[in-house]
Amino acid sequence: MISNAEANNQNGTQMSEQQNAKPSSLSDVAAKRAEHKVAGGTVPMGTGLEARGVHAWFDKHHALEDVSLDFSAGTVTALIGPSGCGKSTFIRTLNRMHEFIPHTSMAGQVLLDGKDIYEAGIDVTKIRLQIGMVFQKPNPFPSMTIGENVLSGLKLAQLKVSNHEELLEECLTRAGLWTEVKDRLGAHAGGLSGGQQQRLCIARALAVKPKVLLMDEPCSALDPGSTLRIEETISQLSKSMTIVIVTHNMQQAARVSDYTAFFLSDGGPGQMIEVGPTNEIFSRPRDQRTENYVTGRFG
Amino acid sequence: MSSIVKPTKPWAASPRDRAITALSIAISVVVSFAVVAATPMKGKLAYAFIFFVSWIAIDSLFAFYRLGVKGVRNGLAEKITLIGALIVSAAVFSILWTTIYKGTKGLNLAFVTQTMREASIFDPIGKGGILHSIVGTLILIALSILFSVPMGILTALYLTELKGRASALIQFLVQAMSGVPSVVAGLFIYAALVLTTPLRSSAFLGALALTILMVPTVTRTAQEVLNLVPRDLREAGLAMGATQWKTVALVVVPAARSGLITAVILGVARIAGETAPLIFTIGAFDSINWNPVKGESASIPTIIWRGLLGGSPEAVQRAWSAILVLLILVLLLFVAARSLGNRAMKK
Amino acid sequence: MSVAASTKVTPPARVITTKPRVSDQIFRAIVTVFSFSALVILSLIALFLLIQGFSTLREQGFGFITHFEWSITTDDSGKEVAHFGLQAMLIGTVIISFLALLLAVPIAVLTALFLTYYAPDSIKKILVTVIDLMAAFPSILYGLWGYFVLMPMAIYWAKLIHKWLGWIYIFDVPQPIFARSPFIASIVLSIMIIPIITSVSREVFSQTPLDRVQAAYALGATKWGMIRAVVLPYGAGGVVGGSMLGLGRAFGETVAVYSVLNIVFRPNYQILFTQGGNVASMIIQKWGEAGKSEVSALIAAGLVLFILTLLVNFAANFIVSRSVKSGR
Repeated sequence: MISNAEANNQNGTQMSEQQNAKPSSLSDVAAKRAEHKVAGGTVPMGTGLEARGVHAWFDKHHALEDVSLDFSAGTVTALIGPSGCGKSTFIRTLNRMHEFIPHTSMAGQVLLDGKDIYEAGIDVTKIRLQIGMVFQKPNPFPSMTIGENVLSGLKLAQLKVSNHEELLEECLTRAGLWTEVKDRLGAHAGGLSGGQQQRLCIARALAVKPKVLLMDEPCSALDPGSTLRIEETISQLSKSMTIVIVTHNMQQAARVSDYTAFFLSDGGPGQMIEVGPTNEIFSRPRDQRTENYVTGRFG
Repeated sequence: MSSIVKPTKPWAASPRDRAITALSIAISVVVSFAVVAATPMKGKLAYAFIFFVSWIAIDSLFAFYRLGVKGVRNGLAEKITLIGALIVSAAVFSILWTTIYKGTKGLNLAFVTQTMREASIFDPIGKGGILHSIVGTLILIALSILFSVPMGILTALYLTELKGRASALIQFLVQAMSGVPSVVAGLFIYAALVLTTPLRSSAFLGALALTILMVPTVTRTAQEVLNLVPRDLREAGLAMGATQWKTVALVVVPAARSGLITAVILGVARIAGETAPLIFTIGAFDSINWNPVKGESASIPTIIWRGLLGGSPEAVQRAWSAILVLLILVLLLFVAARSLGNRAMKK
Repeated sequence: MSVAASTKVTPPARVITTKPRVSDQIFRAIVTVFSFSALVILSLIALFLLIQGFSTLREQGFGFITHFEWSITTDDSGKEVAHFGLQAMLIGTVIISFLALLLAVPIAVLTALFLTYYAPDSIKKILVTVIDLMAAFPSILYGLWGYFVLMPMAIYWAKLIHKWLGWIYIFDVPQPIFARSPFIASIVLSIMIIPIITSVSREVFSQTPLDRVQAAYALGATKWGMIRAVVLPYGAGGVVGGSMLGLGRAFGETVAVYSVLNIVFRPNYQILFTQGGNVASMIIQKWGEAGKSEVSALIAAGLVLFILTLLVNFAANFIVSRSVKSGR
């Protein structure tokens, strides 16, 4: 996984030896996570997602430059970096949501199980079934009930499922919401709290059985209590799917992810500076700029 | 290292997609002509109907092959919405084209510079004109603006700035007032003023009737526009210690100025062509009446109305030419509204 | 200290007052007074129509709305005997207005969807301008165009409908005269109200919250799937509101209807046939030669029309506010 990223480190400066001795609470957290991660869990589906040389433009503005990342199946990868460095733009190229903004263009490839999702003639709606997304602001459909929300993906894709109740329970349980809503599946989604709504959105994304789940700052609009619950959910989910999470919160990245990629824009297009196992990024980053960011010198 | 990578849009229609669309349209055109020739169906309706049925059928086949049932539904939706838009476009185009085509035939200098004082409706085109009605309409518009702009904008200010306790009631009433039929507005002025006071048909009464119709339009648009002014602007004014009225007058209203002008122009456009209220209130007159409060008057809509009822080909021709003049007036108002609005916004 | 610090005493909220400056008081007074102008005008309308139409209403009683006959005759003693019953015209109003709505709403909603989600930018700009302009076309223009341009085509369509569906009562005709029928009036009315329904619908559709739109797409929806799942539920209330606005306009339409409809004082459900009317156009038709008592009757008819449109607006607001509470 790291081999692709190293090719991007031509501008990186070497780390000083002192770095190893510096106490870094983030790296401790990340190290703990690496210990607890069950190697091998449930066999994840597919071979994962890979971005090769992805560029993105908004009109003439070059927003993202030459990002290559390999997301192995069954891993959680965090994308960190200061505001405006292209993390959200990048994650939206992974499920072809970038193209909904008018006058955008892209270059490069995004491979799901070895096939480029931007290939001509491909059915993009099928791609989005396999690569799901959870957004920053919870967005359940207010005109539907809780139960209808979870199953809405099936209805939209016209997928037939034999047992709706089973699927409902399974998805809501995996999202950590079942016990709270099992008696009011017919209630409107708008009555839930922010954290509950976000978990509902996660359940909704799970219902179509995606191989990859993209999460764009899923907890930034939530209180700390809900945040922790969702982070638990992420850890559980990573046993059966690939997760990519954009986050501003470095502690969160340290808590939930196996790998971390650091993005930065120095006034020009955003680039991916460095990627590696999370505890290494936070304790022994190879690039000076990464170190500056994770130690809080900027951002 | 500069990137020699070129931006692409892999999601845009590929040449293959475009070719398929062009092909299906071409085939459908041929089919529609063939079917019309072979069956007793005829007329523009038949061509259009068969064309769309055929195009939808061919396109659905392709969509089903590539995307399945939901692709077919998606394609169907796309075409049916297009048909809706085409129907509306056809109607508008027909109206505009007819007006221009028929109207220009009777349009000449005499038409807009003379009145009907010395001509009758049976006189050929070239004798007599509608100058009196043009003046009449302009007087009516001026008076209506005078009456309805203060009422309309102040009511909007009540709703957006004061937000008093009666706001819900006022809001409801403005909405109710916007539904008052034009006939009723005219009847009301007649019932209230002609039957009870010595006032008789005049431009003044006509303007009053038009005001009833104009105020809700102005209020509604002004309200929308004032609500668009961000709260921060008002808070900035108040935080500097300004009184509310100063904040409104010097901060809010200037910020919304272009929209408010648009509101007034939309109101004018609304009433410029109204006929029914004027039938009860301004009477008829064959030459210019400069006195708005005394004496009957003419307006472009009432002139057209009487031309339509008159029945002679000359009268009908005059009606078409008059409506062309009215349409040009409305168009000018529209353009004025847009350009004023844009200029104010660019500042 | 035995008393735990947990007994907190929350002070009551302070009443915040301010004494507005004189200039503000004047400002508020002026604005309030002018705003109540709407109330004043509406009440005055009702009042004067009631007063002037009163004699008729008193004579005819409730029959004014329910009877079918409208005639003025003099009996043997030279006294005027008048029967004024609006029922036929009320039925006519309802027929052509609802028929117009039936034609207009689907076309308007489709057009609004096309403009918001399918039209390329250049076409969208042109079409939006054109439709806004269409809303400003005077009624008399629709009357002229309806009579001279649309009617010949509509007569052909009416004959076609009669040929294939004439076995259904409403499409049958007692005599093959298809000019100036409720059918044609409905078409003209529908074209008149399409712009406003389209504008309102378009506005509502374009305000669909982007996050829900994105949620639908992210779940693999096609564009139509997204529209059905998000846009239409969100915009339903607005569409209904806009439609009722259109209905209100159709109810009161005068000159356009008068041009393309043969006003006969009998309820006619056979829409392809040359007979019909609505209250507004009837008032215009009879106004020219109306004597004193008939003037009073026509004013009373105006009152009825006024109340009718008021009710429609009231219903429109109610529906819209209800849908705002739930679906949004």
